[in-house]
Amino acid sequence: MSNDLTAGSVWKYGDGVDTDLLAPGAYMKGAMEGLASHCLEAIDPGFASQVKSGDVVVAGKNFGIGSSREQAAEVLRMLGVTAVIARSFGGIFYRNAFNLGLYALVSEDVEHIEKDHRISIDPLAGRIVNETTGETLACEKVPEHLAAIVAAGGLIPHLEKTLRKIL
Amino acid sequence: MADQVLQTAVSQTLAEKIIAQAAGLSTVAAGEIVTCNVDLAMIHDSGGPRRVKPMLERLGVQVWDPTKIVLVSDHYVPAFDAQSAAILKLTRDWARDQEIEKFYDQQGICHVVLPERGHLAPGMFVVGGDSHSPTGGAYGAYMFGVGATDMAGVLATGETWIKVPETILLRWHGSLGEGVTAKDMMLKLCATLGMDGGDYQAIEYSGATLAGLSMQERMTLSNMAAELGAQTGLIGPDQITAEAISDAGGDPGDWEKWSGDEDATYRAIHDFDAAELPPQIAAPHSPANAGSVEDVEKVAVDQCYIGACTGAKLVDLHAAARVLKGRKVASNTRLMIAPASTRTTAAAAADGSLAALTEAGAILLPSGCGACAGYGAGVLAEGEVCMASIARNFKGRMGSRESFVYLGSPYSVAATAVMGHIADPRPLLAEGSGS
Repeated sequence: MSNDLTAGSVWKYGDGVDTDLLAPGAYMKGAMEGLASHCLEAIDPGFASQVKSGDVVVAGKNFGIGSSREQAAEVLRMLGVTAVIARSFGGIFYRNAFNLGLYALVSEDVEHIEKDHRISIDPLAGRIVNETTGETLACEKVPEHLAAIVAAGGLIPHLEKTLRKIL
Repeated sequence: MADQVLQTAVSQTLAEKIIAQAAGLSTVAAGEIVTCNVDLAMIHDSGGPRRVKPMLERLGVQVWDPTKIVLVSDHYVPAFDAQSAAILKLTRDWARDQEIEKFYDQQGICHVVLPERGHLAPGMFVVGGDSHSPTGGAYGAYMFGVGATDMAGVLATGETWIKVPETILLRWHGSLGEGVTAKDMMLKLCATLGMDGGDYQAIEYSGATLAGLSMQERMTLSNMAAELGAQTGLIGPDQITAEAISDAGGDPGDWEKWSGDEDATYRAIHDFDAAELPPQIAAPHSPANAGSVEDVEKVAVDQCYIGACTGAKLVDLHAAARVLKGRKVASNTRLMIAPASTRTTAAAAADGSLAALTEAGAILLPSGCGACAGYGAGVLAEGEVCMASIARNFKGRMGSRESFVYLGSPYSVAATAVMGHIADPRPLLAEGSGS
């Protein structure tokens, strides 16, 4: 099984992208599709309508701070985002991201990636290739058991598969 | 035998002691990943049944122990449209189907209801389906927030994994001045340490200042450990803790054993002077944008809001009432108060503080998360400015993405309501009650 993510386009943001920006409270009661359509609208109104499957969000410090609502990770996944690369993450979001099938990758090299760059990622090796600039960058390696959860689409589908094998 | 002696000689932080007990180990070390038995799981209407029910059904499993689950409907409270009504109904139906007896339907905000009903005690390992779950740390419980998928795992197995955190010790010295509260301490910490200062480690508050704080003030400290990015915010129990638990009908147990060893290893120790602390105001859009009220411009505000698990407990209403008694809310603004629980409202009604608030012109809202989370009544229009006693002022959180929220203590919010602009509560307190 390869966990290489094929090249995707970058959406770049700054520090402290919080869960209210990702999953605004006013839309939390409705269906996930509606919530996803408002993802990040307060800082980037075009994001939800223009983001494409395979795209990657790159940000600064403390991505996903705030609420424990895991819809903040789920909407990114629904919109096709495969990974968030950031200098650091809010602790609850970090766990939620893997549980919902989204890579959360810690990297000190985010300054070397800009909006609309094309990057490919090997999470197991902890390697990011910026295909636009030709640079090879580093991120923290993802352990295999977490990569398996992401590959299954999240913890629940992963457990469903593994439990079925046991039964 | 020698090994045993060595083991018991290992110095542990309070966090390590609680996690070790939950993991069934004699000691744990920071950085180690361990599986813990969960003493109590707390979920609410937003992240609870409507998220975990389909997950548990998909896996074909039942909740591990209904007696160890507390379910609180506080986010969509009261229902304001058919969707929110459906969420509350689903929550109620699930509580009945799963035989959850500790179900509090629209009785207040989960973090306040939990200790109010005696469900917390020192040494407990508690998982909450909400980011302000560190509030339970005020009772000497290791309580932290998780998302719904992690919670589904807890509900199915009664266990969860945790990376044993290091502890950051925040020592406060001296007594707070008049009109200065735990909320001001927290805004000061957010400005000083930053919203990632906690680095998902454990924070422990200590020092002489703490001994002089009521349990509800201590809850504000632990609650906003979330805004420091910590996993929890512990306070070692004392006589005040034990009495509060007993008064709530709980059992404080062997509370005296739950303290960190003096020579335990801390990642960092920071010292702060409470006596020198002026009221703090955080400007939009981060709690870390905090500074002394003396340095903040007298910004006119459209709305003042006293609410949320952080800022609408009984002590918070008492603080607001001290400022507002005999005074009126300024004509250019409005004051909304959403008491943190129905028991808070009842107590404030009984002691007269509620009348002081409503006679000043405050508008009373239901007990729930409400406008703080952008869910309920009291949200803001584009261009509006609000001064609030809540924990977070993230862009768009309280309504329009083009609204502006300042944070302060309930004293400061009340003073702002009286003046119509951001104001220092101390001159009003020094004047005494209005005529």
